[in-house]
Amino acid sequence: QQVQEDLNKQLFDNLVSFLRRSHSEFQEKTTEWTCRMKSREIPTAALVLGVNVTDHDLTFRSLSEVLQNNITPYIALLEAKDCPGIKNLMQKLMGQLMNCYVDVDSLEDEDYVQVSQNRIRCSMTSLTNWYETVTKKTDSETPSKKRTSSSRDWQSPPVVVIFKDMESFTTKVLQDFIVISSQHIRELPLVLIFGIATSPMIIHSLLPHSVSSLLCIELFQSLSCKEHLSTIIDKLLLTAQFPFKLGEKVLQVLINIFLYHDLSVQNFIKGFQLCIVEHFYSQPLSVLCCQPVDAKKRVNSLSHDQCENIRKLPSFRRYVESQVSEKQIALLTADSFLKEITQKLLEDLRVYHENYVSVLRCLHVFTSSLPKYPLGKQIRELHCACLENRVWETEEYESSLQLARMLNKSDLVTMLQQCVEIFVSSSGNEFDKTVEKLKEFLTQFQKLEAEAFQERDVSVSSQKELQKKTDLYHLQKTLLELKESRRSKKLTKFEMLRFEVVDYIDSLVRNYLVPADHKTLHEIAYFNTASVLRGHLNAAPRIALHTALNNPYCYLKNQALKSDGGRISNKAPDICIVYKLHLECGRLINLVDWLEAFSTVVMAVEGPNADAASSDQVDDIIHARFIRAVSELELLGFIKPSKRKTDHVARLTWGGC
Amino acid sequence: DPVGNGSSVSGGEVYSFQTPKRSSKMAELAAELAQTPGQSVAPDHSECPEKTAKTPQSSSKYMFLLLMHVFSLQLQSKKKEYVATTPYRLRKRLAAPDPYLESESEYSASCSEEEDEEDQKEVSTVLSGRKTPAKTKALSTPPPRNTLAKKIKEDKMSNLVEEYFEAHSSSKVLTSDRTLQKLRKRRLNQQTLHDILKKAPLAYAAEIKELNQQHESLFSKWMLQLHLGFNIVLYGLGSKRDLLERFRTSVLQDSVHLVVNGYFPSITVRSILNSITEEVLDHIGTFRSPLDQLEFIIKRFKEDSSLELYVLIHNLDSQMLRGERSQQILAQLSSLPSIYLIASIDHINAPLMWDQAKLSLYNWLWYETTTFSPYVEETSYENSLLVQQSGSLALSSLTHVLRSLTLNARGIFRLLAQYQLENKDNPSYPGLSFQDFYQQCREAFLVNSDLTLRAQLTEFRDHKLIRTKRGADGVEYLLIPVDDSTLTDFLEKEDEDV
Repeated sequence: QQVQEDLNKQLFDNLVSFLRRSHSEFQEKTTEWTCRMKSREIPTAALVLGVNVTDHDLTFRSLSEVLQNNITPYIALLEAKDCPGIKNLMQKLMGQLMNCYVDVDSLEDEDYVQVSQNRIRCSMTSLTNWYETVTKKTDSETPSKKRTSSSRDWQSPPVVVIFKDMESFTTKVLQDFIVISSQHIRELPLVLIFGIATSPMIIHSLLPHSVSSLLCIELFQSLSCKEHLSTIIDKLLLTAQFPFKLGEKVLQVLINIFLYHDLSVQNFIKGFQLCIVEHFYSQPLSVLCCQPVDAKKRVNSLSHDQCENIRKLPSFRRYVESQVSEKQIALLTADSFLKEITQKLLEDLRVYHENYVSVLRCLHVFTSSLPKYPLGKQIRELHCACLENRVWETEEYESSLQLARMLNKSDLVTMLQQCVEIFVSSSGNEFDKTVEKLKEFLTQFQKLEAEAFQERDVSVSSQKELQKKTDLYHLQKTLLELKESRRSKKLTKFEMLRFEVVDYIDSLVRNYLVPADHKTLHEIAYFNTASVLRGHLNAAPRIALHTALNNPYCYLKNQALKSDGGRISNKAPDICIVYKLHLECGRLINLVDWLEAFSTVVMAVEGPNADAASSDQVDDIIHARFIRAVSELELLGFIKPSKRKTDHVARLTWGGC
Repeated sequence: DPVGNGSSVSGGEVYSFQTPKRSSKMAELAAELAQTPGQSVAPDHSECPEKTAKTPQSSSKYMFLLLMHVFSLQLQSKKKEYVATTPYRLRKRLAAPDPYLESESEYSASCSEEEDEEDQKEVSTVLSGRKTPAKTKALSTPPPRNTLAKKIKEDKMSNLVEEYFEAHSSSKVLTSDRTLQKLRKRRLNQQTLHDILKKAPLAYAAEIKELNQQHESLFSKWMLQLHLGFNIVLYGLGSKRDLLERFRTSVLQDSVHLVVNGYFPSITVRSILNSITEEVLDHIGTFRSPLDQLEFIIKRFKEDSSLELYVLIHNLDSQMLRGERSQQILAQLSSLPSIYLIASIDHINAPLMWDQAKLSLYNWLWYETTTFSPYVEETSYENSLLVQQSGSLALSSLTHVLRSLTLNARGIFRLLAQYQLENKDNPSYPGLSFQDFYQQCREAFLVNSDLTLRAQLTEFRDHKLIRTKRGADGVEYLLIPVDDSTLTDFLEKEDEDV
């Protein structure tokens, strides 16, 4: 299971590096434009981040890291939940700035430590004083230390204050802070960064004009979360690097959660991690899901039980059945032979992955530019389609091929060039021929181009002729002729070639984009139990509750509880009966009637053997059971006590939901 | 696999919008349920044992009324014929003894307004509606309401929205006026309730045990996932307390863990944080705010990576913990890599308390653990309507406060209590007016001026022994906000002491 930890680490590294790249541009801009600022206005960057709030944390962390490394050591990250008032805000700010100062210089300067410990006078003036002393100190120190950092060319590095979630700050606090700090902007070069989730208009609705005029706002748009997602999918799923793969359904579930629920890349990664954990936990053969070098060793050290496990895999059985009978026996009895074959199959699987990815990308190049996107705009959609079943049997594939047959030449040429690049860059060595073939196509196109040039000359000349003639009759005649000629040369050389290209691509697809579950031993690398994943990530507690209440047989497998069509039997647990009865009521429920109805049901179950002598005691028991069931419903939030009428409870749900 | 079943069913199956048979009602359903599997009770009500026969009949009326109110529009078209035959003053007729039905039939809208057109209509449909099933039962022919039900079922979905607003727009809700007091059964107190329930056998014990065993097999998986940075939340019907308890005893025996009983009515986030700082981190000292405390905890856990803590929270969605701030703090706590949180939720709307930010902090993995076991501990603190408030707490506080007062003050209070008890049968008793009270106190030589009485009353009020209320005429009325039985007990005790 170390493998999976490695994977996780790589995964996060990928994300962070990506984010860093996306922010480097901001940072450059920020530097440029803070230099320009000199007036009383506070330079402010408004960062529009989109609704995926959960990812912001990571973004800000990497942003502040970048800033810290390149521009200024003085950075404070403020969150709305820490700052209910201006005082808390200042406290937090001071604390962060001073701590960070200590961190940077790693000198335990007693004065500053004392200040931060006391925290008595957390005012802007003290902050300014602190800043002056600090900068003086660094000024005096910098010549001696000779920091080589390039961006340290200005004398006083700015203090950057980041407001992580601008929308949730109280307006009062923000206004006060801005007004106060604008008074001190001369002594204290302050830069504000607002994190915004909705739209940049929010600044103006939150802050009155008098305040927002103190700010000099520059807007930055961060990349949309969808782009983040496609990068991640690109790097994680569409490489042969990681042995672990996601099955079609699982990927679909993850993408659906992303698109319809939270748009959060972080949650996507969480889901991916969960998949890894589940896979390694539930699939005993997942030991073989590792880098090829390790895999060989592990295959050799497989125990007999594990070999049996391999034999039980459905995909392996299919493989065995397709073999000749002697081989079948050998596979089923001899462990060593099995290991050999397993190694071979694993290698096959690896090669398949490599080829799969490149061909998929190639196909994507073709389909992504077709009108109406029959196979989807994003490569992930194409990937899903390919995993699901034989892609060449689908209607979408048919229509996209038809469309591809109508592409014009320049597009086709650029696509072919892209494909060549993809194949060249891919590590698989089976594609040498493919590359050659594609290059051949390209040269043919070039030849065609030359020919076409001449042809065009002819046609141009004919058109010139056409312009000369003003006679109506002649005009008609020539036009007809032109039409005729066009129809007759239905299959020009170009078109022939185009067909050839498309057919070739088609053959590639048929060869390499076989869905993974047709491959032997795919269970080792693919995680395919989507229901588990959905249950854990996107659970539906309400449905579970209602199912349990409506249909206890679902959970308690007792024949007496078996029911038909929404009805429950009277032997159901008390809470189910009480729930079912309460469904028939309006907004208010009379407890007495409820109790009576309940006891009717329960008495019927006890039926004849409840004799008159013990009826009083039985009544008590029923009463007690009723009380318990009602208070349980109250705990579950279906009802609450009502003061509108004595001995009534109010329903909190409506109808059956 | 029950877990699979729970998540794979379609919404329509689970959320059936009330039973398709519109005209059925709670009691009828009850009667139906009572009869379904092989019981020898004949469908004809006249043959039922007297007791059971009566109950569905009597309660059927009110429930019917309820439903009719909602669906009167639909039914009207069908029931026109009946309406035509009913006399004009329907209410009166309804109140008159009906030979077929039980005599106790008091109806009233919960806010009594004058009878307007609509009201009339409602009642009329109610009456006619009641007639239909009655008739069919008497004739014991295949009931015509089945056809009606079919018809209604067809336009059920289209009318669903309208019905909702209809049901919620009018302020009136018609229910019966019967109260528990009229029932001759005494109210049970907590202790007897507990005893009785203990005696009653738990239904389906075997199946429940099997369910629990299924859940228990997941323990090792939970541990793995907790260690990988996920936190676990359990949901589903039934108390998950025992399950978590078993998890604790079987897996967490040798590690530091903290159990939080969220259902306890006085639990706060602060107390949770306190127990972490004091008992886990051995820190003595107080914090200015929970945020400071949280920061301290986070710092300690970050410094010392060997520190690990399992936190088990029963009912994370309880009254005290469901607030935004407490959830925020708990979420931050759970996001620490060395704190492993496993919690249970029960309320149907529990997931609403988390927004995206909190969800990502919690990093939940959801597990469905339907146990069907009764919520014994969880509901024991809930002040159910049906459970008699024992009042022992109020009584002891009364005596304690009074014991510290002067003899005169005790006498004053006694006077007031006696007067209140004398008037206990008067439902509109406003309290004792200040002037009358002063007069009585003077006569008993307890006070000599109204100033001393006022001073005394202020003291009572500070201890919440009395409540003052201004009447319509501006006179001040005094009232002891304790129920009569407690007050009687108190006076008896006082008599013993003297």
